[in-house]
Parts: sequence; structure tokens; C-alpha cells
Amino acid sequence: MSGSQIFLQQLIIGLSNGMIIALIALGYTMVYGIIELINFAHGDLFMLGCFAGLTITGFLGLDQAEPGTSGTWFCLLLMLLLVPIFCGGLNWLVDRLAYRHLRESTKLAPLVSAIGVSFVFMNIGLLWGGVPMKVFGLGRAAAAPKAFPELVSNANLLGQSPVEFTGKDVMVLVVTLPLMLLLTWFVKRTREGKAMRAVAQDRLAAQLMGIPVDRVIGRTFLIGGALAGVASVVFAVYNNTIYFQMGYRAGIDAFTAAVLGGIGSLPGAVLGGVIIGLARAFCDQYLETRWTNVLVFAVLILVLVFRPSGLLGSRAKEKV
Amino acid sequence: MAARPKIPFHWSFLLVAALIPLVELILPGEHHIGDLLRPIFIMALLGLGLNILTGFTGILNLGVAAFMAVGAYSYAILTCDIYPFRLGFWCATLVTVLVGLAVGFFLGLPTIRLRGDYLAIVTLAFGEIVEDVLKNLDSITKGTEGINPLPAPSVFGYQFRPETYQPWYYLFLGFLALVVLINRNLHRSRIGRAWISIREDELASSCMGINPMKAKLLAFALGAAQCSLAGALWASYLGSSGEPGNYDFQVSIIALCMVIVGGMGNIGGVLLGALVITGFNSIVLETLTDFLKAHQLISSSNVFTAPGNWKYMLYGLALILMMRFRPEGLLPSRQLKAELHHQEPPVPPAS
Repeated sequence: MSGSQIFLQQLIIGLSNGMIIALIALGYTMVYGIIELINFAHGDLFMLGCFAGLTITGFLGLDQAEPGTSGTWFCLLLMLLLVPIFCGGLNWLVDRLAYRHLRESTKLAPLVSAIGVSFVFMNIGLLWGGVPMKVFGLGRAAAAPKAFPELVSNANLLGQSPVEFTGKDVMVLVVTLPLMLLLTWFVKRTREGKAMRAVAQDRLAAQLMGIPVDRVIGRTFLIGGALAGVASVVFAVYNNTIYFQMGYRAGIDAFTAAVLGGIGSLPGAVLGGVIIGLARAFCDQYLETRWTNVLVFAVLILVLVFRPSGLLGSRAKEKV
Repeated sequence: MAARPKIPFHWSFLLVAALIPLVELILPGEHHIGDLLRPIFIMALLGLGLNILTGFTGILNLGVAAFMAVGAYSYAILTCDIYPFRLGFWCATLVTVLVGLAVGFFLGLPTIRLRGDYLAIVTLAFGEIVEDVLKNLDSITKGTEGINPLPAPSVFGYQFRPETYQPWYYLFLGFLALVVLINRNLHRSRIGRAWISIREDELASSCMGINPMKAKLLAFALGAAQCSLAGALWASYLGSSGEPGNYDFQVSIIALCMVIVGGMGNIGGVLLGALVITGFNSIVLETLTDFLKAHQLISSSNVFTAPGNWKYMLYGLALILMMRFRPEGLLPSRQLKAELHHQEPPVPPAS
């Protein structure tokens, strides 16, 4: 491969992973925008979504299926329908049971609670990995990473070119881009979206205008969780390995993306996600893989210290 | 209101702890409770370091394990034979505490003015960076092997040996008592009152002439110094720096659990939290696992039966339930309890 081909290849990998990170980051940024909570459990919710997807493939008996057959397409569609419902519902439930009671409490209380939820989710992922599924001959060592079946073909769409652009990359773009446009339309144009923006701006005033604040916040959790669910399906099909501790890393990447773009800003989250995806890919290629995480964390600290409002965020004063 | 006990919990805790090895010597038979308590003292030191930040000052720190790692690795580098320093126990511990102080100060310097949740994320990222750097700089830190072996400490001419645990026990207990004393005095001094007023209301305390940045920075440095002391003792206990993975995010969360479950801002509460959380981890879970194994109730093919696989669930539930029902902890400080249960007139709900 020539230098420019390597560059192009990393560009494709970074872009695809970046779009997945962006979907997770959207969930962070929506929740933060509305109740100023860093939803620490979001990454682990994403991880549980991957396990839900794996269970669906298990039920359909698709562990050895050939990619591209009608069965795999059906499975993909089913996962894109069910996993977001599962993740969104779970996120809504957690808000209802844990965070809602802490709204009037100190700011750190919901954050600590979210860390607790994250640990509970991680443990559920660990146990879920040990659930015996007859279709998987992967052993039952719960802590080991699990293989996710190849549902989309890995064949290169560019023919003989050494740069690989596969059906998986197409799938990532086809799923994520319309979803982002739909979300933007929803938040900007619909009545429900208007209510969300109003609650984000001033909760008390929104309440006085007759907006059911708690219900709107609950719906935000639902939508953010559903986005994480879509992200987990796309991620699992794209990368083919899932692991119960991956939620932590994915969550940090996505949170960094959200902060980099400007937390609370939807286009910012997408921009940040793509930047982080590209930065990871290029660091893997041109520096060393083992320093990639350090790079992401360094970006996170530097952005928080020098430009906490991010690239596209508005410089909001802290409410006293 | 119930009558307050004459002796505060932290002193009675230390007193009982001091008696345990003596009782074990008197009683016939083999005992090893004291042996198991040593890691609890070290974790209690870590918890007390975090308590200065989270309990007194109200700064959430999610990276105390990194300060502990800094302590363990500097102690290891200062004492191990393969490095040129080869300091004695006291000297190395003192230098390690100073290193921790400096690391806390220089991490706090640019980040301390950030708002609470952002600062928490910065400390988390710092913890991850330290772990990765220790892993990757293998020419200095020996990567995942850790620096070892470290010479056993020699205190006032007495050479410690791994097979007798009592000297270690009293060494760690002595450090714990010293730190408890220091923290109690800090808590009651001018700076301690400044920390608490910042926790209660930063704006109001700055109006009263407290410089919040200065006070927070001091809390950061002192908390980091205590955590690195815990790291140094941990390294001397292991005889190794331990591998970088020993100081990961989960350790930071365990320390946070100790402070929150025990009672934020209360020294006795943190000691109780360390006893409950670490004791649960290293004594209850282990014993239960051994018991189940002995009776063949654990099968390796079923992950649900191993108690260790439920550990994070319990830590997580502890955090969630404490925040929901008893945010002041099991053994609360009176001040925090009063604050958290202060009833404000409720805002009428919409519609």
C-alpha cells in the first residue's frame, strides 16, 4: 500500500468508528443538555445493547450464517428495531427509579448514582455473557470477549483496490446519517423537541408554562438510550467482538467526543465523534496503538481545561 | 436525640484494632484475622485521602487510584535494588509523600477552577493516563510485571519478615492512627472549616473572605499525599510495586464506595466504610467462595454461582441505594446530616 492509500484506509476506518462514537455521544449530550448529568452508565447501556443483539442472533440461529442472505438482513432489521427499544426502555427505567429522586439533591449525587448504575450494568453484562446459548459453541467463560456473527459481508466494494471499503462501512453510514438528520428534525421542529429545549433552558420556567418536566426528561432518556441501542447494533456488526467491559472505554470516547464538540450541542456531538474516531485511527497507524487511549484522555483533559464549552457549544455560565 | 458516645468512633476503632493481635496471641490455636486486616488499614488510608477531597471539600475525585499508583511506584523506584537510590523505609516513604503532594498540586493547579462534574471527569482521565503510562513506559516501570522484589522495611533496626505479620500490622496501624490524628486536627482547624464552608456553599464562603481556589488546591495536594502514602505502604506490603492494572478505575470506585457508604466528611465513617467494603471484598467474598467450593456448589461452567461475579453489582447497588435513601452514610457527620435532611418548602408540581 502506498502512503496515500494507507491514509485513505485509516480515513474510512476512522469515519465509520467515528459515526458510531457520535451516536453514543448524542445520548450523552442530550441527557447532559437537559439535566446537567454526566450519564456515566451510558457506555454500559451501549454494551448491554450489544449483548441483547447477540441474544437475538442466537434466537434466530445465525451463528454460522453466510452474510448477505435474506436471514441475515431480517436479523439486522430485527435488531435495529428491538435493541433500541430495549436500551431506551432500560435508560428510561433507570431514570425513573434512580435519578428522578435526586433532582433536587446536590449535583454530585446523581453522578455517583450513575456510576453505581454503570457498575450494575457491567455486572449484568458479565453474567449475561455466561448465559448458555445452545447456538454458540464459544464456551461459557463469562469474562472472555464474545464473537459476534458476521451479518454483513466484508467483501471490498472497490474491487481489486488495496483500500478496503466494505458493505459494513456502507451500513454504518446508511444507518447513522438518516438517524442524525431525523433527530435534528425532531429536536428543532416538533412540539416535543421544543419542550425538551425549553426544559434544558430553564426547568422551572418550563414547568410554569405547563410542560410536564419529568415526562420530558424521561423521554430524553428514552431517546438517548435508543440511540445507544442503534449504536450497539452497528458497532457489534461492524467490529464482530463484544466484551462486558467495553462500555467503559466506549463511554469515555463518546463523552470526550461530546465535550470536544460542546456538550449540549447535537451537531457538536457528531463532529466530536468523527474527530475522535479519526484521531484514534490515525494514532493507531502513525503513532502506536498503545498510546491511543492516552491521546484520547489527554484531549479530554485539555478541552475541559482550556475550552470547556467545546468547539460548537455556547459559553454557558454556571447556574448558581 | 440519643446520647453521644464519650469516645468518637475512630478512636475506639483504632483501640480495638490495636488489641486484636494481642488477643490472638493469648487465645490458643491458629488465627489470622489480624493478617487479613492489614489491607483494610491501607485502604482506609486511601479512603481518608479521598475523604479530604470528597467528604470535607465536596470535590468528587474519580482517580485516587492514580495517586496510589504514583505512591507505590515512587516507593518501589526509591527502594528497589535495580535503581540507584536504594533508600531506607522512612526516607523513601517521606519522599513518596512529598511526590504525592507535588503531583496533587500540579494536577490541581490548572484544573481546580473547573466545575464539579468536569473536575471529576478530569481526575478520571488522569487516572487512566497514569495507568496507561505506567504500562507503556516499560523501560522504567517494567510494564505489566511491576517493579520487584522490594526489600522488606527495616524500622529502627528491626528487620521485617513476611512470615510474622504483627510488626507490619502495628506499622500500618500506626500510620493510620497518625493520619487520623492529622485529619481530625485539619478538620477542626481554620483550613478544615474553610473546606466545609466551600462544600456547603462556595459563593457564600468566598464572600466571607475564603479563597476557594487556594483551599481546594490544598485539599487536592493533601488528599493526594495521603493516597500516595497508602500506595507506598501497599508496595512495601506486597514487596512489589504491583502491576499498573492494580490501580485501575475500579479501585478508585471502591475508595469512593468506602467514603459514601461510611459517611462523607466523617473520619470514623470512612474507617467503618473501609472495614465494610474491603472486609466484604477480601474476607466475606473469599470465605463464601471457599465454602461453596468445598461443598461443590460452584461449577466452573455456571457463572452465576461464583460470588465474585456479583461483586460489582453489589458495589453499584450500594452507591445507588445510599444516594437514594441515606446520602449521609452509615455513620454520618452531624453537619452533613443536618444539611441533607433540611426540608425546603416543596415547589408545587405542574399541572
